[in-house]
Amino acid sequence: MLSQESLALIDKEIAKYPPEHKQSAVMGALRIAQAEKGWLATETIEYVADYLGMPPIAAYEVATFYNMYDLKPVGRNKVTLCTNLPCQLQGADKIAEHMKAKLGVDFGETTADGRYTLVEGECMGACGEGPLCLHNNHKMHSHLTPESLDKLLDDLK
Amino acid sequence: MPNIEIDGQTIEVAQGATLMDAAHQLGIFIPHFCYHKKLSIAANCRMCLVEVEKAPKPLPACATPVTEGMKVRTHSAKAVEAQKGVMELLLINHPLDCPICDQGGECQLQDLAVGYGGSASRYAEPKRVVKEKDLGPLVATDMTRCIHCSRCVRFGQEIAGRMELGMIHRGEHTEVMPFLEQQVTSELSGNVIDLCPVGALTSKPFRYSARSWELGRRKSISPHDGLGSNLLLHVKDNKVFRAVPRENEAINECWLADRDRYAYEALNSSERLTQPMVRDGDKWIEVDWQKALTQAAGALRVLRETHGGNALAALASPHQTVEELHLVQKLMRALGSEQIEHRLAQTDFSGDTKRKGATWLGMPVAELNQLQRVLLVGATLRKEQPLIAQRLRQATKWGAQLNVVHAADDELNCRVANKLIAKPTAWVNALAQIAKALLEAGASLPAEVAGQLNNVTVSDAARAIAASLQDGERKAVLLGAVAQNHPASAQLQQLAAAIAEASGAKLGFLSPSANSVGAQIVNAQGAPANDAKGYLLLGVEPELDVHDGGQAIKALDQAEFVVALSAFKGRVMDYADVVLPIAPFSETAGSFINMEGRLQAFNPAVKPQGEARPAWKVLRVLGNQFGLAGFEHDSVEAVRAEALPQGEAGVAARLDNSIAGVALQSLAAQAGLERLGETPIYQLDPLTRRAPALQRTQDALDAACAWTNGGVIERLGLAAGNNVRVRQGGAEAVLRLCRDDRLPDDVVRVAVGPLTAHLGARFGGISLEAV
Amino acid sequence: MSTKVCMWTLDHPEPASLKTYVANGGYEALKKVLAEKMPAEQIIEQVKISGLRGRGGAGFPTGLKWSFMPRQFPGDKYIVCNTDEGEPGTFKDRDILRFNPHQLIEGMVIAGYTLGARAGYNYIHGEIFELYESWEQALEEARAAGFLGKNICGSGWDFDLHAHHGYGAYVCGEETALLESLEGKKGQPRFKPPFPASFGLYGKPTTINNTETLASIPWIVRHGGQAFLELGKPNNGGTKIFSISGHVNKPGNYEVGLGTPFAELLEMAGGVRTGHKLKAVIPGGSSAPVLPAEIMMDLTLDFDAIAKAGSMLGSGAVIVMDDSVCMVKALERLSYFYFEESCGQCTPCREGTGWMHRVIKRIEHGEGRPEDLDLLTSVGHGIAGRTICALGDAAVGPVQSFIKHFRKEFEYHIEHKKCMVGN
Repeated sequence: MLSQESLALIDKEIAKYPPEHKQSAVMGALRIAQAEKGWLATETIEYVADYLGMPPIAAYEVATFYNMYDLKPVGRNKVTLCTNLPCQLQGADKIAEHMKAKLGVDFGETTADGRYTLVEGECMGACGEGPLCLHNNHKMHSHLTPESLDKLLDDLK
Repeated sequence: MPNIEIDGQTIEVAQGATLMDAAHQLGIFIPHFCYHKKLSIAANCRMCLVEVEKAPKPLPACATPVTEGMKVRTHSAKAVEAQKGVMELLLINHPLDCPICDQGGECQLQDLAVGYGGSASRYAEPKRVVKEKDLGPLVATDMTRCIHCSRCVRFGQEIAGRMELGMIHRGEHTEVMPFLEQQVTSELSGNVIDLCPVGALTSKPFRYSARSWELGRRKSISPHDGLGSNLLLHVKDNKVFRAVPRENEAINECWLADRDRYAYEALNSSERLTQPMVRDGDKWIEVDWQKALTQAAGALRVLRETHGGNALAALASPHQTVEELHLVQKLMRALGSEQIEHRLAQTDFSGDTKRKGATWLGMPVAELNQLQRVLLVGATLRKEQPLIAQRLRQATKWGAQLNVVHAADDELNCRVANKLIAKPTAWVNALAQIAKALLEAGASLPAEVAGQLNNVTVSDAARAIAASLQDGERKAVLLGAVAQNHPASAQLQQLAAAIAEASGAKLGFLSPSANSVGAQIVNAQGAPANDAKGYLLLGVEPELDVHDGGQAIKALDQAEFVVALSAFKGRVMDYADVVLPIAPFSETAGSFINMEGRLQAFNPAVKPQGEARPAWKVLRVLGNQFGLAGFEHDSVEAVRAEALPQGEAGVAARLDNSIAGVALQSLAAQAGLERLGETPIYQLDPLTRRAPALQRTQDALDAACAWTNGGVIERLGLAAGNNVRVRQGGAEAVLRLCRDDRLPDDVVRVAVGPLTAHLGARFGGISLEAV
Repeated sequence: MSTKVCMWTLDHPEPASLKTYVANGGYEALKKVLAEKMPAEQIIEQVKISGLRGRGGAGFPTGLKWSFMPRQFPGDKYIVCNTDEGEPGTFKDRDILRFNPHQLIEGMVIAGYTLGARAGYNYIHGEIFELYESWEQALEEARAAGFLGKNICGSGWDFDLHAHHGYGAYVCGEETALLESLEGKKGQPRFKPPFPASFGLYGKPTTINNTETLASIPWIVRHGGQAFLELGKPNNGGTKIFSISGHVNKPGNYEVGLGTPFAELLEMAGGVRTGHKLKAVIPGGSSAPVLPAEIMMDLTLDFDAIAKAGSMLGSGAVIVMDDSVCMVKALERLSYFYFEESCGQCTPCREGTGWMHRVIKRIEHGEGRPEDLDLLTSVGHGIAGRTICALGDAAVGPVQSFIKHFRKEFEYHIEHKKCMVGN
């Protein structure tokens, strides 16, 4: 179900916690599984739950509670734009409009070619650099302008 | 112990108690939804907010610990304002569908909304709609009504021990659901219906059949397992509409197993026998009672005169009442027969002469929660005794170590400390190993047992179990139904008793049936029936109840005359000559003695259907028909007084599990495939077998399959999922083959049921072949 | 230039490196503590003297919090750092991880020593995943240098730290939700009592401090509590990192002494966006009540002064709004945030945040009703103070304060079905 590389990463997460509390590693394990699979199918969640010895529904609770987990397939490039107040004041609304117009999709949608998924995000804790977005959950791009966004999107294959 | 004041009343409460506890002590009601005395504190519904002096904001009574001198007002303007505020928010997204909601009339939200809700809503936005869930045949859902109290989720985690429901998503989108749209499979699942404070989780079989306020409530006792759960039967128009728990902390607490809750459906089954009938060749003719009784007594009298009293045999169900079992044994003995038996699934009666009394739990049921060490022998615990399993789970939560000897390594709802999983013929050896390990660790074993252990080799698992048992206090060795029905049951008991003695544990029997103890007390047992000429059946379906169903059917086919007292038609119509319709527990008065020796009497909830009559009356009249003295009882109480002259105290004096003098002849396991033949959870008795919703559960479906491990499947060239031919002696059955790698090698789990009734004994050699 | 407690590494090349940190006195405090076998009471006393108050938002005195940990507890104890920085407007802890990760490590190790912890975890906001990775690298460096792991600084004492990441849930910034999340569950806050100091991570005594709080510890140990106190003002000791965002010319983090006038901070951030006038300020993260410009310009930035003015210093996140801002639209976005981030556990917050958001959204979209403002106030009243955690209060704070200070703007929206600001 998951590659040896992913399992090794999950084992590293597990090692951080007392042996009787393997469940603590579930957030890391789901993140690693999602990175490999692109999204979290229920079978993936069940596999992770079994690997950590926890009830599948408990892992599913976690996967549905935290909004960076994707429970449906997303495009190759998930772009999450923060639109919260500080970013909004700094121009996030315009960036959002620009992005939607350029890609022809709304928040929560994926382009027909499967290249981009747009997501509206909440505060990412970097407001001083807004407007900003996350690429595939892990890479932050800040100080966005329509021009820098164009370049970013064009670079994401 | 802190003193506090609630609503002007002062009270001293235990350290660590909550405001809710204190209010309960004073009889003050604080509105609540998420709080439940048996569940952990969630404090999420916020309905129980109360005013506490010096606290800047209202505090939840369920979660706030009392401190010395606290002054609490539960109904002050400030408290009521907070409670009303919460009620408004609970209602904004709750559908206004009370007229079509099954919970109507017994809904906590509805009840409290009367006191705390507004007459009109200020919420003008669209209401939330939640997708329906299919939780299986027992629990109906209407999740839009859910108020997110999380009781059902906590029940699974904390009581049932299986987290089958979770609350997914967050915020307003939170919803309760099972994983992957799976159905709920816990044998305690129906309790979430009682726990749900609204109509989100309701009883599926009961759905839309009656309004709660139309139903009469009748106290009763569950006639299934040996716990004797206390019931309320809800009745209308002389019909039982549902069964719900009647709280009894010493027995079922506030819970019911699904078997106790849903078996009532069988009471209204179309298979009910409601008219006496006599056989006329291949036809059945409905007759009046007089004719049926005359014919029955006449035929049996002829057999007795021709072949002697012992040519007559009675098979009686241990689910029948004390009074009925007393009369049946009295009748048989008066007719000169000792062939009476209620231990129908047992084969080994060699312990009868070596035991001093009636087998029982060996302690009060409530003591199970306090145990620190348990050895469970041959018990398919969750399915045999769902609520006992729950109690042992609570014990393990407080640190008890549960050790298991069984042929199946089933998922228990609690942590298992050590286990010895072996094929049934290896069990005597397994227990002998534990006994020997105790001996080697310095414990003193009864000499007669110790002397028989020379050739036993102790395994690590046995040593671990012995070490566990030597440690701690408050211990028990418990024998389940599988151990009691085992071909070497007496040897298992002897070893279990020795282990208990050596480790300072109590020895207990998990009585499989509602009246297993009562049947022993009234001595409804003798020599097991074999080739009698005439049979009297009391509430028995021999093909399913007797240890070797195939042989039982043969014996009945070969008998000259069979009289069946039964609440149901069914296969009894194939071999009986006279059928006499008797009233099931809900339609008669009587009593059961549960596994802790507690005598529980009950009255009828409804009148008998059709011409059915209470079995005690039928047996009394049969006695009259034979012209026997001592059958003049005019009430069930009179029968009870005769059966149990000293009442419950007399029962207690007869309970004794000790055993001595059994030779250990079965220390060597046998080679080859062996059957593990259990009574499945929903095949326990004639009622359960006819409860449609229970028969649709995963447990019922699983029980109809043959299970073995992957190694066996591969060795025999079979394929899991396909049908397989199961052979035992000359009989065979075709079953779906399923794989369970937790079964030990050589074990084929084939439970007793309609598809397997004609197979041979529950234990012993078996073979599998491709179809 | 005033003293910097946390952000001083920015004056050096390679600010985040172990080399820079050690070359400028880094890990000296730890070495001193271990070499002198400094008694825990002594460290706690210095923290108390320092006037250090929690930098995460609540401003609870750190020394007092530490003193709640049971000293003689026989089992495991834990120290947890809260870097789940997701309060809109707040972005200071990210810069500590980015520019001074070792000072946090040192602070956590000293805290672990002082509190007798078995191990420590740093819970890092999921969206700054790059810093989760870089902090793990810093941990490796510290381990390799003997500042972490077995036999720290040759003292014979073992202690380890680990990074744990969130994955998109604001509520996990609440300390008990954070603990639940750290245990691998949904981040739903726990009812208190029991408090984490007696029943925390895995049910064991646990102290949870904010990143900036813990990063201040080495400085206090090295220079003494009194010196730290003197960086600020009484009861508001030390410097504080203020995160300024919104309509200023130079948004960013500025570390200044507590008690610095707001006007001074605004100037450091390049002043209000050129061509506009200051309209309103949220002085302590989105949960803090908004204050109009005229009130704000007279305030000093410390816990007590801002509380007196009816708001809170919170996490020190200053969101600046100029005269182009429609307060209805701003509130709509904030109310959506709390609705979206409510964990769903408590009735008032689960049901009430959605109700408030829908009403505000209606007003913003020209469908407001005259009774809506009173309704919002009343619904907010039914949420605040009635939930397990402070998210309920946080959701209500903006609603109540926006309506209180800018009621005319809301009424205009309702009456004219459009914005008085003109966009």
